[in-house]
Amino acid sequence: MLTKRIIPCLDVKDNRVVKGVNFLNLRDAGDPVELGTRYSDEGADELVFLDITATIRSRKTIVELVEKVAENVFIPFTVGGGIQTVEQMDTLLRSGADKVSVNTAAVRNPNLLSEAARRFGNQCVVLAIDARRSEVHLDKWQVCIKAGTEPTDIDAVEWAAQGEHLGAGEILLTSMDADGTKAGYDNDLNRAISDAVNIPVIASGGAGKLEHLYDAIAVGHADAILMASITHFGNYNIRQIKEYLRDRGIPMNL
Amino acid sequence: MIVVIDYNVGNVKSVCNAFQHIGCEAELSCEPGAIEEASGLVLPGVAAFGFAVSALGPLAELIKGLASKGKPLLGICVGYQMLFEESCEYGRHEGLGLIAGSVVPIPPGRVIPHIGWNLVELPQDMDLFAGLGKEKHFYFAHSYCAEVSDEKTKIAYTDYGFELAASVQKDNIYGVQFHPEKSGKHGLKALKNFDDICERNSNKGT
Repeated sequence: MLTKRIIPCLDVKDNRVVKGVNFLNLRDAGDPVELGTRYSDEGADELVFLDITATIRSRKTIVELVEKVAENVFIPFTVGGGIQTVEQMDTLLRSGADKVSVNTAAVRNPNLLSEAARRFGNQCVVLAIDARRSEVHLDKWQVCIKAGTEPTDIDAVEWAAQGEHLGAGEILLTSMDADGTKAGYDNDLNRAISDAVNIPVIASGGAGKLEHLYDAIAVGHADAILMASITHFGNYNIRQIKEYLRDRGIPMNL
Repeated sequence: MIVVIDYNVGNVKSVCNAFQHIGCEAELSCEPGAIEEASGLVLPGVAAFGFAVSALGPLAELIKGLASKGKPLLGICVGYQMLFEESCEYGRHEGLGLIAGSVVPIPPGRVIPHIGWNLVELPQDMDLFAGLGKEKHFYFAHSYCAEVSDEKTKIAYTDYGFELAASVQKDNIYGVQFHPEKSGKHGLKALKNFDDICERNSNKGT
């Protein structure tokens, strides 16, 4: 039976892991390769590295980081942040990344998803969606781009379904309302999207207690859960998280 | 020396990194000379099937010939799928045809792609899994799967709501649908076993 995945997320800025609240107020959380290795040793199922600066200069740094991670970590990892072209994806995959995630570039040019899927296979292509609950319709979420700074009028559930159709193999779904708050995942959002698509959904944003992780799977129907603050700052290690979820009946690779 | 075939598809380097990490001699190459000299070959692959087959180009015949003559060959993911006769991913494409069977979409009614760690039942007569016990989790990431029609092929299965062929072996030809280079210490152990297989085969020849 396929297990549910526990995925620490490492937001990278100037070659350091950082973590903010609601995408702001960044706090240092260590060296990316060291932290990635530690999580792998603790039993993480995958890692995600997000280049949160995504400038021309950081592009080169992130490729070097990918190479280093690939030499030291033998679990899958995804790289995202500012990726705009199939060539950039190719560079990252050839440097050792297993998957690439796209967000803003896919919103602007949805064909990027199909091109990437045809070339690399859809299992390599992760569509990252940053979603914010609509102030007008509380059961709807709007897609935000450019690291959450620019709201669009695109409906997150519709965009997820379209992304699947175009060739995304996975959805990395971040609730901007919940991100970094440690108050729990937005499981209305997680469930709305998980139930609307047939590809795996990785729930992200809001984990603070072990119960939140259980809820993301049991209530939010997520296939995998992403976390940052809860593990970076030493509240829990991966093994504790997995043992807790296993004891509550969730299939885990332990 | 194990040669990991370098043919312009994603993430071939990780396989090489994994071998080197566990102290095995391995290099990335697309040179026919190096491929012929190798103690064993690894055909990795992160790509769509058709793209991978055309990227492999004339190396396909060379690999096929060497494998038929007994050189150990390990196909990983799409490299595994390419061991079979054909695939229908984005159109019909011919594979290497080393093992009878075809590559078809994972049947609907479940989340696709099959991404994540699944438990593989390990037959005790498959030397690729020596020392790994009865079952272990390995990392999968694929939307297509092999339907094996060759009766002489040994098969390790995983359960994804149906019996999915996670690994096959026909004589010196090995294939894994999962990524051993991304499956933590158990995956590294399978790669070490492949290195041992290559070494035994080289010693046999001298």
